Amino acid sequence: MEKDFIIRTKNVDFYYGAFRALSDITMDFEKNKVTALIGPSGCGKSTLLRLLNRMNDLIDGTRVEGEILFEGRNIYAPDVDPVEIRQRIGMVFQKPNPFPKSIYNNITYAPKLAGIRESGEIEALVEESLKQAVLWDEVKDILTKSAMTLSGGQQQRLCIARALAMKPDVILMDEPTSALDPISTAKIEELIDTLKKHYTIIIVTHNMQQAARISEYTGFFYLGKVIEFNVTEKIFTNPDVKQTEDYITGRFG
Amino acid sequence: MNGKTFKSSMRARYLKQKLFFGAVRLSALLITLALFGILAYILANGFRAITWEFLTQPPTDSMTKGGIMPAIVGTLYLTVGAILVALPLGVVSAIFLTEYAKQGALTRIIRIGVNCLAGVPSVVFGLFGLGFFVVFLKFGSSILAGALTLGILILPTIIGAAEEALKAVPQTFREASLALGVSKWNTIFRITLPSALPGILTGAILGVGRAAGETAPIMFTAAAFFTAVLPKSIFDEVMALPYHIYVLATAGTHIEETRPLQYGTVLVLIALVLGIDLIAIVMRSMIRRNKRW
Ligand SMILES: Nc1ncnc2c1ncn2[C@@H]1O[C@H](COP(=O)(O)OP(=O)(O)OP(=O)(O)O)[C@@H](O)[C@H]1O
Ligand SMILES: [Mg+2]
Repeated sequence: MEKDFIIRTKNVDFYYGAFRALSDITMDFEKNKVTALIGPSGCGKSTLLRLLNRMNDLIDGTRVEGEILFEGRNIYAPDVDPVEIRQRIGMVFQKPNPFPKSIYNNITYAPKLAGIRESGEIEALVEESLKQAVLWDEVKDILTKSAMTLSGGQQQRLCIARALAMKPDVILMDEPTSALDPISTAKIEELIDTLKKHYTIIIVTHNMQQAARISEYTGFFYLGKVIEFNVTEKIFTNPDVKQTEDYITGRFG
Repeated sequence: MNGKTFKSSMRARYLKQKLFFGAVRLSALLITLALFGILAYILANGFRAITWEFLTQPPTDSMTKGGIMPAIVGTLYLTVGAILVALPLGVVSAIFLTEYAKQGALTRIIRIGVNCLAGVPSVVFGLFGLGFFVVFLKFGSSILAGALTLGILILPTIIGAAEEALKAVPQTFREASLALGVSKWNTIFRITLPSALPGILTGAILGVGRAAGETAPIMFTAAAFFTAVLPKSIFDEVMALPYHIYVLATAGTHIEETRPLQYGTVLVLIALVLGIDLIAIVMRSMIRRNKRW
């Protein structure tokens, strides 16, 4: 079967001012699969993730070279609206960052601005996204309470629900469980497993077991370069490059 | 170092610390005392003048008797007008400076300009208002000209406070909103600005105090020496509390006789400013309660 790649990067270089944070990144991300990005701190994982939905636009003095294709279209082409890209490629951050609004309004905020007005539709959306994020049972009676009163793990699932409510095609996750306890982490890993039926997920993680457990593909980064990118099993059992092996076995240094 | 010198150096440090904290406490006390002293003095001298008639009637007998109602109304109009001018303009400027403009030479120059504006003596604003609003734009001496002049006067305060408030909004809020595919414009108006509102209101409070109390900027642009009638439009002159005090205290032939009226007027001015501040403070704490992060 021909593989369906939803995002492809072609020879991407990225600069913060004069500093080159990424060099010659060429990767294909398969649709409805989980791809994990691993590598030591500062190797450019977050930078790549934020490139994929144009969040790096927010930083002054950055520059992209090469092409990033989303469904065949270069998202850095001058006629592309980053707002539209971000509606289709959602993001979950390392630190849970709900808005200081009610749980309900956290979910409805972006869909309403995107033009969904009908109240029945909105209510259905809230329930659906919270159920998808496995948070519904915990919050269904406190939807009007401030999201800030939730626990960290609940907040992170709310942030996932909030991203799901926009019905994106791709969800980028930057170490989504690094601020969470093991139980919340397990919940979110389960969640990712169910989400991949409908979504393409690209996740940055420092947790090797996590990458091995949840992803189909794994990319290993070092100093702004992709050292090895392959199916997860191969990376974790029989990597081609010595550096990769050293990193996943913890002998890196 | 042996035990003995160690101990004595400890004692010296302890003494120094005591002395320092004592000095800090003393100066805090002095400032509070000065503030309450002034308030008490004004209250003691002014409260006898405060009668129903004083608050609701215009002055009579060449302003040696009667009330100050037109001045209260005038100051209210001018202050509210100044805020209506300065708040939108100031907030928009702050949004431009913090959210839109690329940080660099241009924003630096604008910020220096704003700071310079804050340091300009208020009488200069008065002369500018006279030249520009009253004469050039032909507004005449009017509420409009006075409110615009006061508005410009308090603009730097509002810009400064709004900028600080916007900068204090966590970057993660903006990122969360933008990452959901919400436009920058909507992010600013639905997330950033509401979160910054308490801080912006603080700026407005400072602005109110300043606008209500200034004499020089309205002297040539809005304030009437005496008018018994209330303004009918924004092109009318008004009496104003600070100018009225200035007139009573310096310009009349009955300066000594009207002392109680002067203190009474000062008292009303202070009460008015505190009243407006109180509204803003209550609003601010109501907003803060809903927005914790
Ligand atoms: N805003 C920025 N301005 C300048 N340099 C930056 C900026 N953000 C990141 N960098 C640099 O780019 C490189 C890659 O950073 P990035 O955050 O992508 O690393 P990472 O792989 O996500 O690391 P971590 O695992 O610690 O999150 C680092 O050297 C970092 O110092
Ligand atoms: Mg990172």
